[in-house]
Amino acid sequence: MSLTVEQTKERNNALIKEVLEVYPQKTAKNRAKHLGTYEEATEEGGKSDCGVKSNVKSVPGVMTIRGCAYAGSKGVVWGPIKDMIHISHGPVGCGQYSWGARRNYYIGTTGIDSFVTMQFTSDFQEKDIVFGGDKKLEKIMDEIQVLFPLNKGITVQSECPIGLIGDDIEAVSKKKSKEFGGKTIVPVRCEGFRGVSQSLGHHIANDAIRDFVFDKLDPTREFQSTPYDVAIIGDYNIGGDAWSSRILLEEMGLRVIAQWSGDGSIAELENTPKAKLNVLHCYRSMNYISRHMEEKYGIPWVEYNFFGPSKIEASLREIASHFDDKIKEGAERVIAKYKALTEAVIAKYRPRLEGKTVMLFVGGLRPRHVIGAYEDLGMIVVGTGYEFGHNDDYERTTHYVKDGTLIYDDVTGFEFEKFVEKIQPDLVGSGIKEKYVFQKMGVPFRQMHSWDYSGPYHGYDGFGIFARDMDMAINNPVWGLTKAPWK
Amino acid sequence: MSDKKLRQIAFYGKGGIGKSTTSQNTLAALADLGQKILIVGCDPKADSTRLILHAKAQDTILSLAAEAGSVEDLELDEVMKTGYKDIRCVESGGPEPGVGCAGRGVITSINFLEEEGAYDDMDYVSYDVLGDVVCGGFAMPIRENKAQEIYIVMSGEMMAMYAANNIAKGILKYANSGGVRLGGLICNERQTDKELELAESLAAKLNTTLIHFVPRDNVVQHAELRRMTVLEYAPESKQAGEYRALAQKIHDNVGKGTIPTPITMDELEEMLMEHGIMEAIDESIVGKTAAELAADALAA
Repeated sequence: MSLTVEQTKERNNALIKEVLEVYPQKTAKNRAKHLGTYEEATEEGGKSDCGVKSNVKSVPGVMTIRGCAYAGSKGVVWGPIKDMIHISHGPVGCGQYSWGARRNYYIGTTGIDSFVTMQFTSDFQEKDIVFGGDKKLEKIMDEIQVLFPLNKGITVQSECPIGLIGDDIEAVSKKKSKEFGGKTIVPVRCEGFRGVSQSLGHHIANDAIRDFVFDKLDPTREFQSTPYDVAIIGDYNIGGDAWSSRILLEEMGLRVIAQWSGDGSIAELENTPKAKLNVLHCYRSMNYISRHMEEKYGIPWVEYNFFGPSKIEASLREIASHFDDKIKEGAERVIAKYKALTEAVIAKYRPRLEGKTVMLFVGGLRPRHVIGAYEDLGMIVVGTGYEFGHNDDYERTTHYVKDGTLIYDDVTGFEFEKFVEKIQPDLVGSGIKEKYVFQKMGVPFRQMHSWDYSGPYHGYDGFGIFARDMDMAINNPVWGLTKAPWK
Repeated sequence: MSDKKLRQIAFYGKGGIGKSTTSQNTLAALADLGQKILIVGCDPKADSTRLILHAKAQDTILSLAAEAGSVEDLELDEVMKTGYKDIRCVESGGPEPGVGCAGRGVITSINFLEEEGAYDDMDYVSYDVLGDVVCGGFAMPIRENKAQEIYIVMSGEMMAMYAANNIAKGILKYANSGGVRLGGLICNERQTDKELELAESLAAKLNTTLIHFVPRDNVVQHAELRRMTVLEYAPESKQAGEYRALAQKIHDNVGKGTIPTPITMDELEEMLMEHGIMEAIDESIVGKTAAELAADALAA
């Protein structure tokens, strides 16, 4: 069923029309702006365009896949900082359901000097709403100090009611910081009702690092710089991603002084203004702090992509271009070193995966970043979209997707099911909420948020695992054994 | 619950208007008529029952709940006190000013009272609610199956009338969905210009009546200093008679409430102008400083 580009575009546009037809008029008008077919710039000029609007409110009544500002701050940016304790401030649910984090691996002794997989909540009751929760927050901080004396700081992750009842978490944080000898205590105003998705939570969390970590840095703080200091920004170390990235940077001669925020620590956050270059993986969640460091400390930043050998190679060279020949040579050395490994992976898996089609729907950077890795395995991404991307994400996506790719922003449950049903890709990559829907439709699926409890997928080491996992999903014999009861 | 139909009413009004004083005196007079009454104070200041109980301030549901752990840990007799003529009193209470959510407190308290059967065997439940309808919590008493009639305590002062109009807006919102009605305005005399005339005029605009004009009388102050209602302190006084008259009117007003027709700020100002309280504003001078006006005058 090999379609030409024109036929693909025609089919995709017809599909978009078809899903829009079931909506009420107003919803259809709104959703139409978020669904598109990628048009490559033609020779006569024009601009490559994904053709979708983004970062606006989801339509009430549809099943959106988005999260909230609290999820963006607690779940993504702050949660992985391992030696700080992150209080889910408010009723118990938000903390309970984000307990265990996003598989942000870390080294440390949980409950002693690291706390990522633990859950701290102020467990608001009716009386805390009525009388305010500031006193309870103070008490929690006191208890944290006694029970976990090796914690290096505290953050207050606001749930919705905190903003509604006007609690003064800033005053509590300031008071307790003073009492605890200047300990970093960060109030974060990431109430879930703010903004249209988790995206605003990332921004708020970035700003909190600026205001409560950077702006409070001791200017006499000692730090021995080298010319090769870099900070990894926007790698959450899911399944060990940051580790399999870090070794490549180190092998090429760079010194990684901080990981943001997977397996990260408050000391690393504090080190970062000393970096010579910030290397940014998840642009969406941490471009804000990268821009701030560029403005305030003059640190340049460069986006990179460590999914799949083609993109890794290009990224290593791009990063090296900011340094001297020693690092440039180092990059080539690293590329050469892993050549045999990646060739072996491709030789093994490409014949099994060649020509297989993929549809993605994820957050952050992955709707575009993983495309190269699939292509290294001979696979084709035929549809992609972002949960909470902005315009700049879709602009960047134009460098990745093929002409005619179906683009769906903040896709609804109905649209996604319909698209998959009609396009019949060989693999869908999305989240846990989507997994069983598609598997029950008989479509192979991989979770592309948590790596389906596998990983890492970043770096050369990650590529082998990525290839194995995709093969395992698509070529699993179980698909040949299933038979729909109505067939 | 007995077969008798429970009547639920509420007193709303701008802060400091004499709402609690008026409501307690009126309810004392209703008790004199043999009615069994429960007062539910819904003001964090918790001063809605002091004249009935001869108390400074009653322990509130919310403060007791906070001590006990949660509202589920409370028994009804811990929060309900009995005062003049067997009037039952509870205060919702709430946080100190500037913290927490007093509105949520009102909701919690009323739910507690209903669940604990505080309304059983009562003839009247009266809610005394602070100031404006600032949020959903303070609208709780006017929602479905709560107060059937609202009495707005006001005076001839501009801001009191403004507040009365705002409360009427709150009532209108729930009148269609829930069935609450505006029982009438109670004017608590402040001796402002043309007060009676204005109050009647506002009542007409709001599609209601001025149910009673309570004249100013120092005996109220004397009674209040003794933490008593006038009905108890000086039952033979003229003022006690006024409250009795108001109580009888409220008692007879059952089912006569109306759906209010709140007016705009402009209409309210126009009304004041009609009565010569306010002069028409010359739009050409709005926002001009004295110096600018002087320059304009010179140019002319």
